Amino acid sequence: MDLAQTPSAMGCPACVAVPALTEGAGGAGLAGAQTQLALPAVHCAACISTVERGMAAMAGVADARVNLTLRRVLIRHDATVTVEDLIARLGKLGYEALPLDMVALSGTENDRTARDLLMRLGVAFFAMMNIMLLSVAVWSGATGATRDLFHMISGAIALPTVAFSGQPFFRSAWASLRAGRLGMDVPISLALILATSISVYETFMSGEKAYFDAAVMLTFFLLGGRYLDFRTRAAARSAAQELTALEVPRAVRLMGGVEETVSVSDLVAGQVVVIRPGGRIPVDGIVQSGETEVDRGLLTGESLPVYAGPGSPVAAGEVNLTGRIHVTITAAGKDTSLRRMADLVALAEGARNRYTSLADRAARAYSPLVHLVSFTCFGVWMWITGGDVRFAINISAAVLIITCPCALGLAVPAVVTAASGLLFRAGLLVKSGTALERLARVDTVVFDKTGTLTLGLPEVTDLAAHDPVSQSVAAALASASAHPLAQALSRATTAAGVRPADLTDLREVPGFGVEGRWQGQTVRLGRASWVGASAGAVTAAWLRIGQDAPLAFAFADSLRPGAAALIVALRQQGLAVQLLSGDVPGAVADLAGRLGITDWQAEVLPAEKAAVVQGLIAQGHQVLMVGDGLNDTAALTAASVSISPASALDAARVASDVVLMGRDILPIAMALRVARQSTRRIKENFAISVLYNLIAVPVAIVGLATPLLAALAMSLSSITVTLNALRLK
Amino acid sequence: MNILAWLIPMSLTLGGVGLLAFLWTLKHGQYDDPAGDAARILQGDFDDAPKPDDMP
Repeated sequence: MDLAQTPSAMGCPACVAVPALTEGAGGAGLAGAQTQLALPAVHCAACISTVERGMAAMAGVADARVNLTLRRVLIRHDATVTVEDLIARLGKLGYEALPLDMVALSGTENDRTARDLLMRLGVAFFAMMNIMLLSVAVWSGATGATRDLFHMISGAIALPTVAFSGQPFFRSAWASLRAGRLGMDVPISLALILATSISVYETFMSGEKAYFDAAVMLTFFLLGGRYLDFRTRAAARSAAQELTALEVPRAVRLMGGVEETVSVSDLVAGQVVVIRPGGRIPVDGIVQSGETEVDRGLLTGESLPVYAGPGSPVAAGEVNLTGRIHVTITAAGKDTSLRRMADLVALAEGARNRYTSLADRAARAYSPLVHLVSFTCFGVWMWITGGDVRFAINISAAVLIITCPCALGLAVPAVVTAASGLLFRAGLLVKSGTALERLARVDTVVFDKTGTLTLGLPEVTDLAAHDPVSQSVAAALASASAHPLAQALSRATTAAGVRPADLTDLREVPGFGVEGRWQGQTVRLGRASWVGASAGAVTAAWLRIGQDAPLAFAFADSLRPGAAALIVALRQQGLAVQLLSGDVPGAVADLAGRLGITDWQAEVLPAEKAAVVQGLIAQGHQVLMVGDGLNDTAALTAASVSISPASALDAARVASDVVLMGRDILPIAMALRVARQSTRRIKENFAISVLYNLIAVPVAIVGLATPLLAALAMSLSSITVTLNALRLK
Repeated sequence: MNILAWLIPMSLTLGGVGLLAFLWTLKHGQYDDPAGDAARILQGDFDDAPKPDDMP
């Protein structure tokens, strides 16, 4: 189901799935709430004006501010305006809007951390430039009192700078030491502290070498890497916590003939709840009275609504479409099928967390090595010089400074940021820091059908084949129903410019169709048996005018733009493609045929989807799962890496590493290509860092390192890896 | 060498002014939406009269 294309709250389960999207934090004094929405389509100054003016003119909205960099709009409004209203209004303005994941909404905290890092970065830059100015004088030959004065001024700038800007490293080094690990930040902090303190000592001893410039430069480059890293990682988060947000928090319970609104947690088996059309079913149960159709798409992947009458079982998470029903509860809360699915996700979660990024693996090998080399140097020089502590410490500090993972700290973040930016412009939001590395290893792509390769929206295929009279009667009948097929027919007739006939006595018969009177005859639009026809193989809505023969309007699930091209592109990249759907075999076979996918399975249960994916992984494959429904969530989590369209259910989006913002699915091919390229760049960057170290470290070990050499090695390697990252296209 | 007594404080002061300016821009959220700011300059909205203070 697609949020953007079904503006009415009725046919839109995802709206129901996103409660509490508003937060009252910032603008509490002026307006009731603030809402952030993603606007993938804004791209220019005119877009900004249209959105901001259009939204500000809406009743109940205080103001709107577009952020073009993040492709978002922040709207301040009062409590009477709902998120759905805002999305509908933006839709009218011509912009597809999507509610953001919670992570984006708790963005104030992220903003503060980012700003904090940026401030420390700015301070480090100021200090670096000023100290460099003084250092150049020393390098070019200042001696005696002048050199000492310059060192003192440098120290006066460097000490507070390292103390302030180096805090993120000190804090994380301390945390990792307390946890008994030797993280990357331990050698960094050690190098910073050792370099600064030894330089202070040398300054007072009027020594020749002071490493203030190196210490501050180290802080600056590493903070730069940390800042880039933070920005790309801010979006990563755990999926399992969010699944419960899907459940409806409140339900209408029928007790002794009286309806009362209660919290879902108060419901127990045996009670009766009332579910209105458009509402999400909060419990597992059996329909007691009323007739309707339910949309199971997000739970099972079925593309068509299913009829439910007295005695039919319904499950939590399904959406009631057309009629009001009373449901006797068989399972509530923890026992519902929705919760069991959530447990599946929690189980699958561990697998992905076991992936260690290239940077972590490099750091794990690197940190002990750096310490070892540095301490060995100290010991050996103590022995050679016969106990000259000052000289030996000087050498080991120089080794620490030169080996310090400047390039290593920048190598990965620079590439990941460049790649994420590239993909963002193509409409892909990379949420996980290691997603690109995992994407690069993919050899098998598993797709879901409904809502992923298709839009999950039925489309009339043979409207033009019908005569104008039937068209206009059908248009009038279809406009009276919220049923997905009726709405599709209504959209198609409106698009074709059909004038609806004048009907009277319109009424909807839940589960069957719509009925009305036209020129003294009864007209019906609905399921085959109801209008007196026999159902065929294709999905169809039947129209009967008076006693004429019934006419069928055929439907097919519309293909997502770019789907066919994507499958071809994936084949060209040499990847295996599979289709796993919960839908009926006929519909799946038809789609597989249209796209040329030979490897497909239909009627797959959610747990089986996850099992298939896990099976592939167990065989040594790296699986990319692309899906949108709740039935895909476990598989999305189990896969090596996962992508979901923005129209997907909240839980599926949260479980994914990458979110596809636009309607076109083709950028996935680009994501895989960019991922492979960026992993290659990361490895190249590591190689460059190692090369610099191979040259500079021996020089430092034998005691020939000068502050100038340290500064050169550090800045050259940092600049090389950054430029290499920017080569990404 | 007495010139150093002037030049060093001057260079530090100028650098400090730059740093303060940077911190000021940071505090006023000027790095939150660089692409948007680049686009907004092309809007004709406030060409005739300056933007009122109470607007965001």
